[in-house]
Amino acid sequence: MIIDSIQNGIVIDHITAGKAMELYNILGLDKLDCTVAILKNVTSGKLGRKDIIKIDREMELDWDLIGYVDPTITVNIIHDGKLVEKRGLKLPERIRGVLKCKNPRCITSVEQELPQEFLLTDPAKRVYRCIYCETEAGK
Amino acid sequence: MENLIDIMQLSTEEIDELVKTGCDIMEHPAEYAHKCDGKILATLFFEPSTRTRLSFESAMLSLGGQVLGFSSAASSSASKGESVADTIRVVSAYCDIIAMRHPKEGAPLVATQHSLVPVINAGDGGHNHPTQTLTDLITIHKEKGHFDNLTIGFCGDLKFGRTVHSLVAAMSRYTGVRFVFVSPEELKLPRYVKEQYVKSKNIPYTQSTCLEEVMPELDILYMTRVQKERFFNEEDYLRLKDSYILTPEKLENAKEDLRILHPLPRVNEISVAVDEDPRACYFKQAQNGRYIRMALIMKLLGIQ
Repeated sequence: MIIDSIQNGIVIDHITAGKAMELYNILGLDKLDCTVAILKNVTSGKLGRKDIIKIDREMELDWDLIGYVDPTITVNIIHDGKLVEKRGLKLPERIRGVLKCKNPRCITSVEQELPQEFLLTDPAKRVYRCIYCETEAGK
Repeated sequence: MENLIDIMQLSTEEIDELVKTGCDIMEHPAEYAHKCDGKILATLFFEPSTRTRLSFESAMLSLGGQVLGFSSAASSSASKGESVADTIRVVSAYCDIIAMRHPKEGAPLVATQHSLVPVINAGDGGHNHPTQTLTDLITIHKEKGHFDNLTIGFCGDLKFGRTVHSLVAAMSRYTGVRFVFVSPEELKLPRYVKEQYVKSKNIPYTQSTCLEEVMPELDILYMTRVQKERFFNEEDYLRLKDSYILTPEKLENAKEDLRILHPLPRVNEISVAVDEDPRACYFKQAQNGRYIRMALIMKLLGIQ
């Protein structure tokens, strides 16, 4: 399968196979009017299989958010058809406004205008905890 | 500006200093009687708790300060739907320090983000209760003379018992400590507490469902109440509430210098017959709470 190379834009590479749609949705790429290509299950020497997203436009990305979804990702910035920046990611220390605390006893369950914020407490196990009640994200 | 939301915010040096000041206040109360003249403590209790509130108020009055506040959400503007942030913005303009209890976890942290004065967490749901832990620590130190090389048994509700989690965390920083966790299967210490404060620090521990079996090993026995308000389901509460009751018979094999602590209030988990035992410390512990809160109020107000 041939996908055109891009002149000015972003290639999100080495996405764990199956995670491209999650990333597409969480980054709000559905709102873009430029060409966005999602490649699933691409053969990869490093990962076996991987997903790739190509965005045919230069734009600001939420690096923390991408790192949270999948820290194995590499982001390539393309300008005038050339690779100008290659960026590896890591798990962000804090995540704001993405995850929602599910603890019914948390203050955020009654005061819903409070900003939702999670802190990385165990990088090895990728555990994030609510800054208010310390409940693990997703639990 | 300093706040106290979680006991782990305090270094062991700061805890030692607070315990030292608390003990000095016990010995020489008159020297501290005017330390907070002209200062006001606001006790904002969105959830009723007679003893913690009275302990804070007694502490401030003993320092020469004054007290204002409310003792339930119904008597505050929270009943009209005011947010924690707004309540704190207003109240912090009327006082020099706040002690706050709230049924929702994390509410005191929200308070610190909007307060003009130091905030002390006086309990937020099943989450943190740092001044109870300070009370436990000053009692252990006063009775044993040190924090190192102690075997500490925790009995009862170790799952929802916030005082247990905080004391495990605080004691995990001392050397030669050993933990013994005694609870029914359903109320075991949460895995994350064990991982974070016990396993990751290679602290030796045992888990048991039988109190008598582990009794001879203990230097400290920390009893807890199985709290009705922590259960969503009444059936579970009724089934588990009488699981672990301390009686004089169960103490027969205990060490002579064992010390029994309990955050109070007690329901029936310690038989009243144990109250006469010289190893029972829980009422002394409640008294110590006043002195350590005095030390804490002084520290957060920057008073020497």
